[in-house]
Amino acid sequence: MSTRGPFWALSIAILRGFLRDRGAVFFAIIFPLMFLVLFGGLLANQDQSKVDLIQIGSVPLVDDLPDDARGAFDATFEVSEKDDRAAALEEVRKGDADVAIEQRGDRLIAHYTQTDAVKAAVTQGTLRAFVDGANVAATGQEPRFTFEPESVEDDSLTVIQFVTPGLLGWAVAMSAAFGAAATLQGWRQSKLLRRLQLAPVSTRTIVAARVTVTLLIALGQLAIFLGLGAAAFGLTLTGSWWMAIPLVVVGTLCFMALGLLAGALARTTEGAVNLANFLVLPMAFLSGSFFPLDAAPQWIQRLSDLLPLKHLNTGMLDVMVRGEGPSAALVPLAILAGFALVVTALAARLFRWETT
Amino acid sequence: MAAISARNLTKTYGDLVAVDGVSLEVDDGEFVGVLGPNGAGKTTLLEMLEGLRRPDGGDVEVFSEPVWPRNARLQTRIGVQLQASSFFERLTAREQIRTFASLYGVGPGPADDWLERVGLTDKADTRVEDLSGGQAQRLSIACALVHDPELVFLDEPTAALDPQARRNLWDLLSSINDSGRTVVLTTHYMDEAEVLCDRVAVMDHGRILQFDTPAALVRGLDAPARITVGPGTLTTEQAAAIPGVTETADSVDGVVLVTRDPAGVVAALAEGHHLDGVKVQTGTLEDVFLSLTGREYRA
Repeated sequence: MSTRGPFWALSIAILRGFLRDRGAVFFAIIFPLMFLVLFGGLLANQDQSKVDLIQIGSVPLVDDLPDDARGAFDATFEVSEKDDRAAALEEVRKGDADVAIEQRGDRLIAHYTQTDAVKAAVTQGTLRAFVDGANVAATGQEPRFTFEPESVEDDSLTVIQFVTPGLLGWAVAMSAAFGAAATLQGWRQSKLLRRLQLAPVSTRTIVAARVTVTLLIALGQLAIFLGLGAAAFGLTLTGSWWMAIPLVVVGTLCFMALGLLAGALARTTEGAVNLANFLVLPMAFLSGSFFPLDAAPQWIQRLSDLLPLKHLNTGMLDVMVRGEGPSAALVPLAILAGFALVVTALAARLFRWETT
Repeated sequence: MAAISARNLTKTYGDLVAVDGVSLEVDDGEFVGVLGPNGAGKTTLLEMLEGLRRPDGGDVEVFSEPVWPRNARLQTRIGVQLQASSFFERLTAREQIRTFASLYGVGPGPADDWLERVGLTDKADTRVEDLSGGQAQRLSIACALVHDPELVFLDEPTAALDPQARRNLWDLLSSINDSGRTVVLTTHYMDEAEVLCDRVAVMDHGRILQFDTPAALVRGLDAPARITVGPGTLTTEQAAAIPGVTETADSVDGVVLVTRDPAGVVAALAEGHHLDGVKVQTGTLEDVFLSLTGREYRA
């Protein structure tokens, strides 16, 4: 075996240290994958579940639906019949059913609950549509307008498409920040940083080795996420998904810088990891890693624009599953690079060789 | 030639004067100990000599080169052991020393040789976290020596070891300057300084109180020696008659003779064939510390 250069020696030492640290591997790879399995596997089949509808007595408007209309009706509603009106309403009140309908003459009356706002809206809209349809049919005229729903997304767009980029962003952010914070603090406490300072190795070489290993880990996370997503959950990537690679690289640098900042501020390894956690976990929630932010209040969406993870997630979502071109990643890349520079400069200012 | 030449070093942390105007010359090939209780300023002094810490005042030259700021020409000539835990996490002993070797451009061969020399070959595949305190210290020392430096700094290499492990380490420590290497070691153990060091700097409250060979330090005490001969060998009257004996006493071990001329008294005892169970006690470094600081030595 020939003599390795300092850079490789350090890189291999750091990589070995990581791979043998069960906790670090768990949090970098297994833990985020658990979420991927959870979201991708369990929530994938949760196409808005059917609305439980109780039909009180006879409701000719529903009973006399033509076959195709009846099919559409059954696709939305799980129909059960009950003659006891009071009991039916009580079921709705308790939440066992979503809506109870009765027909009095020409009036279709729906008793619904507001507990689930989405279902309540679906119920009203759908029932109204059927009543309108019945009205048109009653005139004996051919309908003049027709309605054709068409999803703008690819047919293959399932839950996994949305959760993979966000969870990957969170995983990359977490392991980059923790790795940097823990290494800086750990090495400082054991005086290894001091020891290296006395060896004929430049600070640049030490930093380069640490960055290289972290990037390697991040790209490993990318490969595992995409591989498992495609193999097990039917993840399909769109054209310029490869732009996710530079996004992951720059994102990693950005979160390493954040980890360095945490490591520079904290006095103990635990403190550094806790601080990194404190920065990354809320950021993951506010950046749409776990759920889309579209429904969040306006101020949260504005706030999320200030968070680097939001831009990493958005960039990856655009190029990996939304089918946007490579240029869609450029703005997020620039923002992430800017964050990385500013935070690194801040961390460098606050850096101390020792805890004392 | 002086390996180390330090002039008037001072380091202050807030109100605490850690090192207070220390000057020190260490010759090539010398084994020097810096002895003092915890908090005496030993580590801070050592870190300034190594070039790790910038002195507030004074300057240090190693091999006639300034050590501060970071001097690349010195780095391969100096070896440093900071403390036992200065390791890369979760590497085995062999990976550890090979990594350090690579930093100095040294191949795995010499690294493995050093592992053997410190007696860790059978622990080569053990992770550093699983080594005992003594084994970790040995590995740490080997890592400091792997590039064959001319000058080695060892900061309390035997701290936190049990007495047995400490003595086991002495053989290794005394052997590392065999090849003419200069060694500077800090310790708070008197016996260790006495056994290992050519010269000892006694340090307290940031100052070097005295710097000399252990024997000269004790001689300088001007304290009488106590010579004990086995019971029944000599009566106290006979003992008091020996020239140079100033005082005698009976003890369970025999008769105690107090003298300022131990050599002459022992010679007289030999002449009279009264050497059975003889024991000579001169002052120890503990007495030196007591006389220099006026207080008991507490490590």
